[in-house]
Amino acid sequence: MARFIVRRMASAILLLFAVSIVVFAIFEVIPSYNPARAIAGRNATATTVAEVSHKFGFDKPVYVQYANTMKLIFTGQVIDYNDNLNVDSQFAQRFPVTVSLVVPAALIWLAGAVVLGSISAVRVGGLADRGLMVAAILGVSIPVFLLAAVLLYLFAFKLPWFPNTGYVPLPDNPAQWAYHLFLPWISIAILSIGFYSRVLRSNLLDMVNEDFVRTARAKGLTRRQVFNRHVLRNSLMPIVTMFGLDFAVLLGGAALVTETVFNLPGIGQYEAQAIGNLDVPPILVGAMFTAFFVVLFSAISDIVYALLDPRVRLTA
Amino acid sequence: MTEPLLNVQDLQVSFATEDGLVRAVDGVSFTLDRGEVVAIVGESGSGKSVTVMTLMGLTRSPNARFAGSARLHGGDLITASEEDLERVRGKEIAMIFQDPISSLSPVMRIGDQIAEQIRAHEKVSKAEALDRAAGLMERVGIPHARARLRAYPHEFSGGMRQRVMIAMALSLSPGVLIADEPTTALDVTVQAQILKEIGQLSSESDSGVIFVTHDLGVVADIADRVLVMYAGRLVEQGTVDEIFYDPQHPYTWGLMGSITRVDRDPPRRLPAIPGQPPSLLRVPDGCHFRPRCPHAFDRCREVPPLLSRIPESLDHLDRCWLDLADKRVMREIGGRFGLAEGDVIK
Amino acid sequence: MIPDPLSDTGHPQAEVVAGTSPGGTTGIVITPGERVADPWAEGHHPPAIGPWKLAARRLRRNYVAQAFLVLFLLIVVACLLAPFYASHIAHIGPNTNNVTGTINIGGKTTDVVSPDGVPIGPTFSSRYFFGADSNGRDLAVRLLYGGRTSLLIGGIATVIIIAFGTLAGLLTGYFRGVADMILRPLMELIWSFPVVILGVALGTALALGGIGPVKGNSLYIPAIIIGVVFIPYLGKPIRGEVLRLREMDFVEAARVQGMGSWRIMLSEILPNLASMITVFVPMMLAYAILLEAYLSFLGAGVQAPNASWGTLISDGLSYIQTTPTFCLVPGAMLVLAVLSINVVGDGIRDALDPRAQVRVRT
Repeated sequence: MARFIVRRMASAILLLFAVSIVVFAIFEVIPSYNPARAIAGRNATATTVAEVSHKFGFDKPVYVQYANTMKLIFTGQVIDYNDNLNVDSQFAQRFPVTVSLVVPAALIWLAGAVVLGSISAVRVGGLADRGLMVAAILGVSIPVFLLAAVLLYLFAFKLPWFPNTGYVPLPDNPAQWAYHLFLPWISIAILSIGFYSRVLRSNLLDMVNEDFVRTARAKGLTRRQVFNRHVLRNSLMPIVTMFGLDFAVLLGGAALVTETVFNLPGIGQYEAQAIGNLDVPPILVGAMFTAFFVVLFSAISDIVYALLDPRVRLTA
Repeated sequence: MTEPLLNVQDLQVSFATEDGLVRAVDGVSFTLDRGEVVAIVGESGSGKSVTVMTLMGLTRSPNARFAGSARLHGGDLITASEEDLERVRGKEIAMIFQDPISSLSPVMRIGDQIAEQIRAHEKVSKAEALDRAAGLMERVGIPHARARLRAYPHEFSGGMRQRVMIAMALSLSPGVLIADEPTTALDVTVQAQILKEIGQLSSESDSGVIFVTHDLGVVADIADRVLVMYAGRLVEQGTVDEIFYDPQHPYTWGLMGSITRVDRDPPRRLPAIPGQPPSLLRVPDGCHFRPRCPHAFDRCREVPPLLSRIPESLDHLDRCWLDLADKRVMREIGGRFGLAEGDVIK
Repeated sequence: MIPDPLSDTGHPQAEVVAGTSPGGTTGIVITPGERVADPWAEGHHPPAIGPWKLAARRLRRNYVAQAFLVLFLLIVVACLLAPFYASHIAHIGPNTNNVTGTINIGGKTTDVVSPDGVPIGPTFSSRYFFGADSNGRDLAVRLLYGGRTSLLIGGIATVIIIAFGTLAGLLTGYFRGVADMILRPLMELIWSFPVVILGVALGTALALGGIGPVKGNSLYIPAIIIGVVFIPYLGKPIRGEVLRLREMDFVEAARVQGMGSWRIMLSEILPNLASMITVFVPMMLAYAILLEAYLSFLGAGVQAPNASWGTLISDGLSYIQTTPTFCLVPGAMLVLAVLSINVVGDGIRDALDPRAQVRVRT
């Protein structure tokens, strides 16, 4: 098991390296503009541009540029020249807000999917099952920002049940913290619950036809015991892998737009504003940041999967 | 006469499908006593697996229709509630399946899986259940049983896995043990060992065994009585000697004819029964075997009842209208039993 | 589990059973030796139907999918007719500002955009049917033009995905070797980025300076970006399928016959990929349109003055309290379009899936 973990982390590090090259290439190699000018921002003076050029090493060979860029990012020296802020410190400041948004939303979605998926598999064709089918297909057809906008409109403006903006840190006031984050959590969770519970449902139904489930029944276990110990456990495993990846993707996409709609001062909002202004430094750091999370979480979910399924440990 | 351990009366199982009603089991009756081995023999699709799975209640589904009864310890397995069945499964009636690779949960340790069955029926601690599991594994011939408790199924060979299944099935000394082609997926050498285990263990616990197979060699080896099934019906039933030395049904002749025997010269060409088993959606009227039987005549359009037609062997039943004397002539082909080829009425 | 009294099965102790079968045919008397046609001698088999015809049959029974297909086609047609709508019905172009203009509604003359910047809501008349945006532009007109953009970008992206994804999958799956060593890590790399982040990164980078001859605000930029981002989502499954197919006997047989690699790929393997590709087309189209909406919403996709549903939603967000239609109507159009594609796609998938289970109603 330990060897598996080591191997997996090693390939993750390799992937991180590759990812960083790609991000670097996207911003500093591929486009047809002068990267120094782009990073220096719209109001850049000639001196700023020269300064940027020197810092990033645009007058030097590509690999030097790469090394410099990485150094700047990791030592927290990337500066957003549009408002003279240190990008890395902005990220650090805003990180807790994004975590507050994303983690509970993911938990709601996971718990919801397990419950609803199980119900719809046990009562195939019932109300929950068919409702979920509709919810799932709607869920993959509605972008998060639209659902967020609709929820905002309905429950913060039309029916003033929830606040429409603002963030209260958890240590200050847990109740208010949750109150302000409730609609954002729902926006993210609802769309994914439908899809995930359908996947779980389909796994559960396939599982029921497996031979070892037949053996379990033949042993005289009650239906509930068979379901919990054999069917559910085996069906959850693929969900776990999917979830790990989707959680990281959540950081990259849904968080961005949800924070924008609900005006939450997190990393996503920062990145979204930068995108709107075509302001490169925060986007550069943001892309690197999110991609790193994806690789990390993908490795973690593989490890968790190996913990659950002993067959995987031998082959990986 | 003492009540038999298991008494199956006129069991009928059908499945409603998109294309019509499939009559998988069409009136099967037999009994099983403690300590005896009954083999159910037939081709794929004959209904033998459905019969035994129904005894365990594993064929229940919205599309399934049942009739008849299967009485075990005073209760009817066919109409029992799911809760009653759960109490009885694994404890009074247990089953070993065909494919040991997929029949064990891949993510649970072997010891836990055996212990799970014990704890489902008896209030014992986990430690004690694991203890008994180790003992059971030793009994079925798994070396280093105690260490192997923590192993996973994929770390065992096929033969070992099947031994685990046997250990599990016999863990609570059930009255009835059903083995559904337990050796089909195994090497021939392992097969012999497994058969011995089953025979030995079941006699130790005085269980009755229902052994489903299509392999007549296995039947000759371990069975006391034989049930021959074809297209959902029981076509012949008797002791193993009666079936092998005095087969009464043309299908049985065909089966006998298709085996090679060590004590006879090998035939130039292995005879096979011509034709195909009928689709269970559209079974022929009358005797199901009629289309493939070279000896069929007009009476065969009526369903032959399962009767004893031999005064000396009242328990040797068959479903064939032919005269006893005619049968004894018709079934001899070149010095052995067989089904005549050619002249099949199309 | 209700025991059903089955007719006609014969009891072990019963005597003669009457000569009618459940099917109702009466017994025929045969004398031995006479050869008579016996309908039960061989099993009845229905004539064989190929998988495509079977799928078409199943699809024809799927009324929901057909309804949504019609809906989608209506949306497409409406968007294609945008110029017609603009000139003949609304009498105003998509980019024509009209901040100070007024409009006659039910006799009253109202500002198109109020003095404090609030645009009017739906009028349900020929002009400003869905209301106006903050610059006084006709929302309905922009909706249709925007739809054209969204659908166009989605369509081009899908073509890129299908073409290059299949190619990549075939090359890496069949030839292995060099192609596999280069293309496969490339696909894995692209695949490991969340699509929005990758799209955003590429979108902002290329929006500024364009790439090569293609200018920054061309519609091809988002189309190409979205296409490239999704290539591995088709390429990887195709690769897996090709790997499976190339081990099969019919490929071996073709090789033995002397067919060259490219011919085998095109005439043996590609047709077997057809159903997988068919299922992916609507799926990728839906993903592409959605990604375009995300990118345009954020500002990394379609650039001004072009509009798409995503940009419209983004523009409308600031006015959600006062004029919710500004944001919600483009949103509704987007959802209807994507939903229709998904329902039709599901229908196609169900039709082609041989494992489709049918519950028998009894």
